[in-house]
Amino acid sequence: MTDAAPRLASPADVRRALRGVDYLADDGIAGVVFLAERLGKPVLVEGPAGTGKTQLAKSVAEMTGSRLIRLQCYEGLDESKALYEWNYKKQLLRIQAQRVAEDGGAGSWSDVEEDIFSEPFLLTRPLLEAIRAEDPVVLLVDEVDRVEVETEALLLEVLSDYQVSIPELGTVAARQVPLVFLTSNNTRELSEALKRRCLFLHIDYPDLAREREIVSVRVPGIAEDLAEQVVRIVASIRSLELKKAPSVSETIDWARTLLLLGIRHVDAEAATGTLNVLLKYRSDIDKAAKELAAPGSR
Amino acid sequence: MPEGEDFPPGMLLPAGSSAGLLATLADFVGELRSAGIPVSLTENLDAIEALRHVPLGERDAVKYALAATLVKADSHWRVFETIFEVFFAYRGEQYRLGHEPGDEEGEELVDALLGVPRGDAGGGMEALSAEQLAELLLAALRDGDRAMLDALARVAVARYAGMEPGRPVGGTYYLYRTLRQLDPDALLARLLDEQAAVGGGDELDQRLVREEYERRLEALRKAVEAEIRRRLVADRGPEAVARSVRRPLPEDIEFMHASREELAALRKAIAPLTRKLAVRLARKRRRGRRGPLDFRATVRKSLSAGGVPVEPVFRPPHPSKPEIFVVADISGSVAAFARFTLQLVYSLSSQFSRVRAFAFIDGVDEVTDYLKGAEDMGAAIQRINAEADVIWVDGHSDYGHALEAFWDRFGAEVRARTTVLVLGDARNNYHASGAWVLAELSRRARSVYWLDPEPRSYWDTGDSILAQYAPHCDGVYECRNLAQLERFVEQLG
Repeated sequence: MTDAAPRLASPADVRRALRGVDYLADDGIAGVVFLAERLGKPVLVEGPAGTGKTQLAKSVAEMTGSRLIRLQCYEGLDESKALYEWNYKKQLLRIQAQRVAEDGGAGSWSDVEEDIFSEPFLLTRPLLEAIRAEDPVVLLVDEVDRVEVETEALLLEVLSDYQVSIPELGTVAARQVPLVFLTSNNTRELSEALKRRCLFLHIDYPDLAREREIVSVRVPGIAEDLAEQVVRIVASIRSLELKKAPSVSETIDWARTLLLLGIRHVDAEAATGTLNVLLKYRSDIDKAAKELAAPGSR
Repeated sequence: MPEGEDFPPGMLLPAGSSAGLLATLADFVGELRSAGIPVSLTENLDAIEALRHVPLGERDAVKYALAATLVKADSHWRVFETIFEVFFAYRGEQYRLGHEPGDEEGEELVDALLGVPRGDAGGGMEALSAEQLAELLLAALRDGDRAMLDALARVAVARYAGMEPGRPVGGTYYLYRTLRQLDPDALLARLLDEQAAVGGGDELDQRLVREEYERRLEALRKAVEAEIRRRLVADRGPEAVARSVRRPLPEDIEFMHASREELAALRKAIAPLTRKLAVRLARKRRRGRRGPLDFRATVRKSLSAGGVPVEPVFRPPHPSKPEIFVVADISGSVAAFARFTLQLVYSLSSQFSRVRAFAFIDGVDEVTDYLKGAEDMGAAIQRINAEADVIWVDGHSDYGHALEAFWDRFGAEVRARTTVLVLGDARNNYHASGAWVLAELSRRARSVYWLDPEPRSYWDTGDSILAQYAPHCDGVYECRNLAQLERFVEQLG
């Protein structure tokens, strides 16, 4: 294992570096990324949809100049899709080619066996790829809550020892500890064992100042006070009890929409007219429209 | 947690930190565990390891390092934060109670922020008057000056909280005393009046301004709270304070005794919970049993193995979804429980073939339509109380009459696929029990369950007659909190 990557000295450094790649982290996010790098531990990222969980992994990869390897989880994901698989068709072809060449098959079976269970016939899947990588990599295991508990156990082995055993080839140990991010939408309680091995990071909706910064960075050309107004209205909408609160990406979309429409100052009318960018349920839109038109008292 | 002494501090922590930190950490983890947050030994060691890397001088960095290693669920965050504030509070001589005059420190800070040179004639005499303090506070709120707010909060606590050393009261008492003097509502009203006098802006702008002020007032409240906590810790030590501010985790909050704040926490906790349950129920059904052989798919798959059907393919099983009848007592004492259970069952309605809800107090009425598409369960329940025919005589729970009325009006619709849930504490105000209805129901329905929000030890005390109903139910469950409710609903699917 080598530690070639330049080390970041403090959480503040991480924050600055992430800013350099247009990811605005808060203290919590920067702190956890810093620790993950220092402790060599995977990070379990949880939070509402659209708060930049996946983006965090991408940005960290960009920041450290690493390759991003992504494992998208889904129900039914198994070893052959996550770890490795023997290239069955290629093996068949190989056996057949040997038969044709030697006409009758003089080579011993063990030669063939050794041959067809070797690297050229191995299909590496994301987990194995991340472990075998020579260059620095960031492994993103996206939506880990979608896999079954059994598959989680597979992840555990990889994440705790950073090694994979392939019966025909032996154990492949990581040449370096990759940075690992697991994201979860919390549709299922993850196993205690997995949580124990990870650093936990909950990314919530950003506070006003941070969201305003995000909007300014992501929507070039937006005026300061429009950005301010946008995030305040979004915060106001999030405080309502809705089916689906607007995410950060929807805030950005909304800011873009307003900019395109040439709206300088959002009044109640402009807000209700463009609410469908922020909210995706009819009932939510109705409720928010009604609330925004009232001066509000609680 | 091994004792602090087991770790030579120099080995685990950067030079300069003492074994004191390890000892504090051990107590801290102990308190987390007593509050119900599971912290394993490995996590504890991770936390120590993490502390080696973060700058110990930065409180926030330490906080996030501990949170990342020790707290593995979002719902535990608030509890963690409170305990952290207590154990890693700023400490120093100036917080010690009885240190006279208590508010000098804060006033120096205020003066520094105002740019007033500190008078050399000793601080005590030129202390701020109450009016000045209020004006400064108003200005700080108007400008959103955080540093000033914090400083003023310290002055206010020193002056108004009237904290006495060694007095074993909780922080909320002092918080109340301080806030009564500051009067946040009046401050808000004044700020809004000023805003109105300036004029301009439509309703939306007014709303945003109002919310901004509310946020700042909330910040003030938090600052006051933090200051009180700091002083309490300096006086009584972290363990004692942590015990007095200990709050239950959202999943452990009791429905029947939840405060307003706790109810809000419950409301927040229930949305992710239903999502989780829905996925779990769907998955359980799908994985339960394999369906019949899918011949076409099997043949197709066999082609890659040279025509040998190595891997047979099965059709997904046909799930049979239960039909749910919820019969809920919505009288005052158990209303909160009924509300959350109905909400839970309703947001899971896609997992059941049909959900119908019936509410009763001493009369009974079907309320399915009120709840259908209701965004706000609280409002729906209020409408039910006002409009549905749930009261027969006096509005005190009468299970006997309610059950008999239910049997007369809806009994015929209970079928073999129906699961009946009765929600209530079975406190019948000494009326007839009407238990025969349950016997009839359990004969017709697939199953009948009774959920009681009271602790098991209270059952069958006073006017509770659960024992008369229990023999006719397939199960009687204690559902005092979300955790228990979740467990029950999961086995229902």
